[in-house]
Amino acid sequence: MAVLVVAEHGGHALAPATLSTISCAAELREAGAGDVTVLVAGADCRGAAEEAATIDGVAKVLLADDGIYENPSAEALAALVQPLASQYGHILYPASTFGKNAAPRLSALIDSQQISDIQAVVDADTFVRPIYAGNALATVKSSDAVKVITVRGTAFEKAAPGGGAAPIEDLAAAGDDGLSKFVGAELSSSERPELTSARVVISGGRGMQSGDNFALLEEIADRLGAAVGASRAAVDSGFVPNDFQVGQTGKIVAPELYIAVGISGAIQHLAGMKDSKVIVAINKDEEAPIFQVADYGIVGDLFQILPELKAALDARKKG
Amino acid sequence: MKVLVAVKRVIDANIKVRVRQDGSGVETANVKMAMNPFCEIAVEQAVRLAEAGTADEVVLVSAGPQQAQETLRTGLAMGADRAIHIVTDQPLEPLAVAKLLRAVVEREQPGLVLLGKQAIDDDCNQTGQMLAALLGWAQGTFASKIAIEGETASVTREVDGGLETVALKMPAVVTVDLRLNEPRYASLPNIMKAKKKAIDPLTADELGVDIAPRLQVLRVEEPPGREAGIKVETAAELVDKLVNEAGVI
Repeated sequence: MAVLVVAEHGGHALAPATLSTISCAAELREAGAGDVTVLVAGADCRGAAEEAATIDGVAKVLLADDGIYENPSAEALAALVQPLASQYGHILYPASTFGKNAAPRLSALIDSQQISDIQAVVDADTFVRPIYAGNALATVKSSDAVKVITVRGTAFEKAAPGGGAAPIEDLAAAGDDGLSKFVGAELSSSERPELTSARVVISGGRGMQSGDNFALLEEIADRLGAAVGASRAAVDSGFVPNDFQVGQTGKIVAPELYIAVGISGAIQHLAGMKDSKVIVAINKDEEAPIFQVADYGIVGDLFQILPELKAALDARKKG
Repeated sequence: MKVLVAVKRVIDANIKVRVRQDGSGVETANVKMAMNPFCEIAVEQAVRLAEAGTADEVVLVSAGPQQAQETLRTGLAMGADRAIHIVTDQPLEPLAVAKLLRAVVEREQPGLVLLGKQAIDDDCNQTGQMLAALLGWAQGTFASKIAIEGETASVTREVDGGLETVALKMPAVVTVDLRLNEPRYASLPNIMKAKKKAIDPLTADELGVDIAPRLQVLRVEEPPGREAGIKVETAAELVDKLVNEAGVI
C-alpha cells in the first residue's frame, strides 16, 4: 500500500498546510503505511509539483495539469482521485477549507468514514483528533481499507523542500461533470504573513469596539511581522471579515507568540489558539477566561495599552 | 421548491464539556442540549427562502434518540412546516448520517438540502459533502450567501483566503457558515403552533441503511492543560519578558 497526499498549492508552490500534511504522511510511512505520493492538480502548476518532488520522503509526484483544475471543485477533484483510491491505504488532505471541502466527497464515494483534523498518528490505523472544540481528544481506530484523513497543519512540522528528486508522472484529467462552476473570488490581500503559518499572531475581540480600531493591532503587527486575527465575536460584530477568525469554526493557529487583545476567551476561541507557544492577553476584565491560558497578562484598557506597547517595541528597536 | 434541512442535537454550545473518568467519552447525562448552532442558521435560511416565496415547503430531518424531537420542535417553531425523525440510540458517524439523508432525499425529492457546515460536538465537517457525493449533486460548502436563480444556486463560500463564489446546478447540497444570517428566536405563538406540526418517525431499517460505525473510539481524554501565567503591569515590562524570558520577539 501507499500514502497519497492531495496537495493544496498556489501553482508555483505548495501551501504551508500541504507541507505539514506531507510530514504526517512521512510519519505514516514510518508506521508501515508505504511510500508517499503527492498529487498536484491545477492549471500551470508544474512549479508546485517540482517543489513536491524535492521533499525528502516523497517517492512520486502525480501532476494533473489541466484548465479544469484551475480552481478545482470538490466534485472535479473527487472524480480525479476516486479511480486511484484503491492503490492507497491512506489519502490525506490538509484540514484547510480546501481539504475540508474536498476530502469528504471522496470519502463518501469510496465508502470510507473520514477521520477529520488529526493531530497525531498512533499507528497506521489509529489517530488522535480533537472533539468538542479541542476540549477532549479522541483516539480512534479505523477499519476502512482506504482511510481518508484531513490533517491539522499546526500539529505537524512543515516538510522542507530539499535535495530529493522524485519522479513526476503526468496524470490525465478525469473530466468535469459541470455540477459546479467557479464564478470568482474576493481574496483578502495583505502584505502580512498568512494567519495559519505566521510566527506571531495578534488578534482582536469584541473589546476592539470597531473595525477601524483594528488599525491599532495592525501597527503592532507591522512591528512584529505578525498576522492579524480576530475572535468570532469580532467577526459577528462585523469588525473584520470571517477569514480573520481564529477558533473552533475558523482557523486553527499555533504561532510562537499569540497576543489576544480585548478577547474574553470563549471556549470556541481557545480551541483555535491554545496550542500557541506563548500567549499574551490584554483585557480590562481580570476575570476573563483568557487569562487562565495566558503566559503573560495585562489587565487594563487596551486603548491605552496598545499605544504603549507600540512605543515599547519602538524603544527596543532604537535601543 | 421543497427545502430539506438536516439538524443535529448537540451539547449546548455554552456548556463546558467534561470528559468521563473512564475515558469512554464526554459526559452527556443531565447536560443541557440544544440544536447545533450551524443547523440553526440552516433552518433560518430555509425559512427565509419560504418567506421570500422561493421555497414552498421546509422539511426538517434529524437522526438520533427520542429527545431529538425537541430539537425538531425548535426548528418547527422557527417556521419549518414538518419534520422527519430517524429514531436511533446508536452513535452515528457522518457517513451513516449521509446515507440516511440520501434515503430521505430519495423519498422527499427536495430541490435544495441545507445543513450546518459542522457540528460542534464531533467537529467533523463531513456530512453535507458526503451527502452531495452520494446523490451525485453539486455541493456548496461554508456558505455566507445563497441566491437561487432558476436552476442555479449561486453560493458565496467562506474560504481561508477570503470569499469564493460558485454556481451550482440544482438540486444541490449547501452547508452554511456563520455569517449567512442571524437565526431568529421562536415567538411564543409559533412555539405553540409548532406543537401541532407533524414529526414522522422512521428507522434506519425502514430506510434500508447500514449505520454500523466504522471508527472505534479507543479512548477520550482531556487535552494537556495550560497553566495561567503571570500578570505584568506595563507594556514595557511585557516587551521585556517576551524578549528576555520567553525569547519570542
